[in-house]
Amino acid sequence: MIREFGWVDVLYLVFAMRWTLALTATAFIGGGLIGLVIAVLRVSRVWPLQAIAVLYVQAIQGTPLLVLLFVFFFGLSIVGLPVLPWIAAALAFSIYAGAFLGEIWRGALDAIPKTQWEAGSALGLGFGEQLRHVIMPQAIRMAIPPTVGFLVQLIKNTSLAATIGFVELTREGQLTTASTFQPFAVYLTVAFLYFLTCFPLTQWSRHLERRSYGPA
Amino acid sequence: MALLEIDKITKRFGTNTVLDDVSLTVDAGEIIAVIGRSGSGKSTMLRCINGLEPIQGGRITVDGMQVNDKATDLRKLRQQVGIVFQSYNLFPHLSVSRNITLAPTLIKGITEAEGREIAREVLQRVGLEEKLDAYPDQLSGGQQQRVAIARSLAMRPKLMLFDEITSALDPELTGEVLKVLEDMAKSGMTMILVTHEMGFARRFGSRLVFMHEGRIREEGPAAATLAEPRTQELETFLGAVLH
Amino acid sequence: MSYTFQFRDVFAAWEFILQGVAMTLYLSAVTMVLGLAIGVACAAGRLYGPKPLRVLVGVYVESIRNTPLLVQLFIIFFGLPSLGVRFDATTAAVITLAVNLGAYATEIVRAGLEAVPKAQVEAGHSLGLSGLQVFRHIVLFPALRMMYPSLASQFILLMLATSITSQIAVEDLFHVASIIQSRTFRDFEVYTVIGVLYLLLALVFRGGFALLYQLVFARR
Repeated sequence: MIREFGWVDVLYLVFAMRWTLALTATAFIGGGLIGLVIAVLRVSRVWPLQAIAVLYVQAIQGTPLLVLLFVFFFGLSIVGLPVLPWIAAALAFSIYAGAFLGEIWRGALDAIPKTQWEAGSALGLGFGEQLRHVIMPQAIRMAIPPTVGFLVQLIKNTSLAATIGFVELTREGQLTTASTFQPFAVYLTVAFLYFLTCFPLTQWSRHLERRSYGPA
Repeated sequence: MALLEIDKITKRFGTNTVLDDVSLTVDAGEIIAVIGRSGSGKSTMLRCINGLEPIQGGRITVDGMQVNDKATDLRKLRQQVGIVFQSYNLFPHLSVSRNITLAPTLIKGITEAEGREIAREVLQRVGLEEKLDAYPDQLSGGQQQRVAIARSLAMRPKLMLFDEITSALDPELTGEVLKVLEDMAKSGMTMILVTHEMGFARRFGSRLVFMHEGRIREEGPAAATLAEPRTQELETFLGAVLH
Repeated sequence: MSYTFQFRDVFAAWEFILQGVAMTLYLSAVTMVLGLAIGVACAAGRLYGPKPLRVLVGVYVESIRNTPLLVQLFIIFFGLPSLGVRFDATTAAVITLAVNLGAYATEIVRAGLEAVPKAQVEAGHSLGLSGLQVFRHIVLFPALRMMYPSLASQFILLMLATSITSQIAVEDLFHVASIIQSRTFRDFEVYTVIGVLYLLLALVFRGGFALLYQLVFARR
């Protein structure tokens, strides 16, 4: 059943991108929620909570994503969940993204001068109110460029989900290669599709970074 | 009963004792000028009064509320005690109006419209009514500091603390801030100022407190104490400040 | 929950695991040296080279940074043979990792060189130093110190990323895991143990880089 790598295959690859993007979106939302908690724990003034956040980030950032994927993939059956690549990938990538986003956002929160917290507390605002009304609105501006930068990493790294059989762009490329035997053309096309998705984001992130802090 | 009672407080940063057995009583309507070299503990004392710094010994009571007590609601306390910092510390992402209304709307539960009326009124007191919708970085240092004062006033505090609020300002901007302080002094506000402005201390201070190495070294009626220092340390300090 | 964890079979393969660790360390070390060399060369090309070279470096950096490592690996290992260029798995892995790291290193080195204040360079020139002397005595050291933390974390990311080469059957630590798994069927246990080993390696790397920083930079 060997056939030529043609436009139809390119179209299939383009369609497979929706799973790349779906996994990215899922991981970004899941990781965003985890990251928010991690960042807030880090700036909380309760050291056991800080320690939990530090351990989480260190452990996840010190483990290859591939290992996380496999641990979750094979761990699913142990906790009684169906062994589906989609579930394993969504969990592993959320947990991975949570560590990196948490660290990025903590950096942004830390970059706000201590005196801003203090001014809030001198006005009688509680920790949550200071965070919500004083610190976060300022930190968000700073956090956006590196967050977009990480989004690029996330998109690229979803390619690893191919290794547990999740059919996204890279896996579709492997399947196409198997039926056309034209790996060079196929993988170059795959790379190009990733580039088309990532490059604009990279540029946007750079643009945001250069933008100065003006009135809202 | 005195509005503020500081009773034999001790404050340490690690092994470094910053405040050592400090006591001070302030009645309503008094204006206390606190002077001393940098590192003498004067700013730390202010920060202890509204609970920004915990103390290791003694007690501080404001209007019957003990500051260093776990049971005290610091939020309540801070409605009574306003503090203005050397570096203004306005919220750069919020308009002047919102800087002022943030705490009252969150804490006192008033509406944004009521808040805006209060903002208008306190800005009028510092002469900046027209800056209601400006952002902090559109204002000069002196204007920012006046907004910071207005922000504190909006909570209707009984006691105002000023921590070297003119030290970061160019000399030509100092005057406009001192003018606001004068008006407040005349209106009967109870104030404690950590300051280098000896002229202001002499004219408006009801009392002068000189701090030295974490202790209150000398205390008395402002004008008289400045004219006739009783201790060698104050004399040396004044000699250095007034050239 | 009836699952009983069984690590014995996994630990029984310790010699095998050590071989995997050795391969991972080898890949990391070789690509760090190569990648850094590429990075320095390309950063110099991008900053001081003629226009076409600068464009070329830009294209290289952007195409690598905006595509997945796994796909780059597939292009080099599976794709290039169709053009008659054939590498064994380990060589393909080293090339891919070095080229990948090189792109990130270029950006880090460039940023470090650019961060040295212009006034410092001008001061050097005004003292009569040559361009090379200025670079060697004034720019290099502070630039290295500035880029060091970013390079160190990039190196650790690279070490973790060597696991991806298992996908073309390079016998690194991760590949060893899949072999043990197929023999023992203790999949969850295997990958957990391997994960902990990577974590330890990452800690050792981090500690090593911190120590090196102390030795080289902290004294001044």
